Amino acid sequence: MDFSLSDEQRMLDETVTRLVADRCTPEQRRRLIQERGTAPSALWNTFAELGLLAMPFGEDAGGLGGDGIDLMLIMQALGRGLVPEAYLDGLVIPGTLLARLADDTLRDRWLTSLLEGEHQLALAWHEAASRYDIDTPATRAERSDDGWRLQGRKQVVLNAPGAAALLVTAGLADDSLGLFIVPADAEGLQRRDYTTLDDQRASDIDIDVTLPAPALLASGEALLAALGEALALGRAALCAEAVGAMEVACEQTLEYLKERQQFGAPLSRQQVLQHRMVDMRLHLEQARSMAILAAASLTLPEEQRDYRVAAAKAYVGEAAQFVAEQAIQLHGGMGMTEECYVAHYAKRLIMLDHALGDRDYHLETVMARLDSAA
Amino acid sequence: MNLQFTPEENAFREEVRAFLADKLPADIQRKVRLGQQLSAEEHLRWQNRLSERGWLAPGWPVEHGGTGWSPVEKHIFEEECAAAHAPTVVPFGVNMVAPVIIRFGSEEQKRHYLPRILGNEDWWCQGYSEPGAGSDLAGLKTRAERDGDHYVVNGQKTWTTLGQHANMMFCLVRTDPKAKKQAGISFLLIDMNTPGISVRPIITLDGAHEVNEVFLDNVRVPVANRVGEEGEGWTCAKFLLTHERTGIAGLGHAKQALRHLKHVARRQTHHGRPLIESPSFREQLARAELELMALEVTNLRVLAAARDGGAPGAESSLLKIRGSELRQRLSDLTRRALGPQALPFFADFLAGDDDSLADDQSFAAAATAQYFNRRKLSIYGGANEIQKNIVAKTILGM
Repeated sequence: MDFSLSDEQRMLDETVTRLVADRCTPEQRRRLIQERGTAPSALWNTFAELGLLAMPFGEDAGGLGGDGIDLMLIMQALGRGLVPEAYLDGLVIPGTLLARLADDTLRDRWLTSLLEGEHQLALAWHEAASRYDIDTPATRAERSDDGWRLQGRKQVVLNAPGAAALLVTAGLADDSLGLFIVPADAEGLQRRDYTTLDDQRASDIDIDVTLPAPALLASGEALLAALGEALALGRAALCAEAVGAMEVACEQTLEYLKERQQFGAPLSRQQVLQHRMVDMRLHLEQARSMAILAAASLTLPEEQRDYRVAAAKAYVGEAAQFVAEQAIQLHGGMGMTEECYVAHYAKRLIMLDHALGDRDYHLETVMARLDSAA
Repeated sequence: MNLQFTPEENAFREEVRAFLADKLPADIQRKVRLGQQLSAEEHLRWQNRLSERGWLAPGWPVEHGGTGWSPVEKHIFEEECAAAHAPTVVPFGVNMVAPVIIRFGSEEQKRHYLPRILGNEDWWCQGYSEPGAGSDLAGLKTRAERDGDHYVVNGQKTWTTLGQHANMMFCLVRTDPKAKKQAGISFLLIDMNTPGISVRPIITLDGAHEVNEVFLDNVRVPVANRVGEEGEGWTCAKFLLTHERTGIAGLGHAKQALRHLKHVARRQTHHGRPLIESPSFREQLARAELELMALEVTNLRVLAAARDGGAPGAESSLLKIRGSELRQRLSDLTRRALGPQALPFFADFLAGDDDSLADDQSFAAAATAQYFNRRKLSIYGGANEIQKNIVAKTILGM
């Protein structure tokens, strides 16, 4: 058992932390959000130059072979800066699926350029009735003469407005699950784009497309195994991002309490606020432990991996909400304003619980496996 | 970073397990499992087994008889001991006064006391708290006046755990009444057989005799029994309290308590089904499990940091707060899991004096008393509210 970072990991942490501090100040962040288009941003290009886009992929897929801890360090730093780039939804999750499932032709077409930062992707899985279950879509895929016809409606597809192609889940004739790659400009895709409350880009998409036969990346057990891996990675990454955002929410709240004068003294002299601040730090440290546990469990056998990741996601979701709500409360009226930067952290901390299964969803997983858990 | 135990650590765990299977007496194990109080003889019988193996003092430097274990190995040892229902080592000698003697004591004091602690020849108790000095320990009033080669000590100590068995006490006394609060305190080692000392039991709300009051009436203590300089006792006291907090997350105990809780919840029925299948109970169980997972990693992080950077700092306050809260929650869930069976109170059984209970009575007998007993966890070693003051001041700079 060892909690220390390797020299490479320390360098990675410093690099991303510095990059985020230099390139994602509140003002720069506002501009990044305003100027988002389909072409990658200058910041994304820098990610590519620094190897951050290749980091979370195996060497066989053209990546740098980073592990869960590397991804954790990157996500924490992105969380600290509230970086409005779809590192997870546009790169890590769809890229992991492609690396696992795509044949050479599709890899050449979509994965290599993804890692080089030329485009982004998105995983279109969520539907009105699916809630957090990924394996039972109402979207259907039927065989046609020379390929597939996909019909259905996806909702809240994160990063769809910035994606060159979508990975779309659909039920096959035998009711097994299939995953298809659909170019964003395919005829029969109708996207309604919007921004989420925490400044992410997303779309609702009506789908009625015909696809060539090789568009089916995988189906059945092979697909479920790859999805399990990608989702575990995504959930662990969200835990790490939350920890980064919680760090800053705690820092900014502490700073505010020391600055803000009321009743002739700084608020930080009030014992009730001191104890609340300590409670925030307790939640942060415990959440950090869970994020580490999740990141370090990604290579375990599936059952153990999923149990620990679910535990971490459930725990971090709750801790993040505590920190978010207290950050607003302790900033008083200021915490209610758009102008107050901590409010943006609070929004992200609350909303990231809605990605890839919230605290209640994952608590149920823990409850279901309570007896067999190691 | 790697959270898997190494093959060496797993081998160490097996070694500890084998030792416990071989050396932990069955009668003692049963009492601990059922939550019965141990006699002095039983405590000593177990601690002598540890001494013989050289495992009584994992926290000591190797040159004084420590084990040289890594923080992870200590963690494994504590976890396995708790899982096997081994008694907790009485901490006042080996884990409290000994580190102070090693750090601040004279060569003579080290030579005399340390081997006696390792051999379980002395039973130490703690003379810290007073009726007027609890969390505000520096407000203590017990005074020691110099008279030649002796101090004459007068005052009252309280919450003296297992003082009824002790022959030695480490004691904070005021040697300079005019000095400011924390100054003017000295650290004395007092033979409990000295004339003028009397020990009276305090019966706690769970009916147990665990703690005592100690009265000191013109007790003559040789000046040679002072550890550190006169007036420097507060330094020793603070050092000791930091050490006390190191293991205070109580991870091994919490894990064992959760296992026991699951066992109880499987055995109890609710609407004709095992209680563990009740959704509302199961959710609380799952939440406790999550907290335990987080606490275990935090504990290991703090241990690793302590290994790399010296004495554990204020972060251990975080562990104390969350660890005590978790253990209290587990004792609460265990009591509630028992339903009406939580009501009977078999005082003689719990005191270890009566063994005539039926199996289905003895299995539940300790839960309620333990629930009340565990309230102490958030009070002793610096109440949790004091811990929060410490974190606010030292970590957050508030």
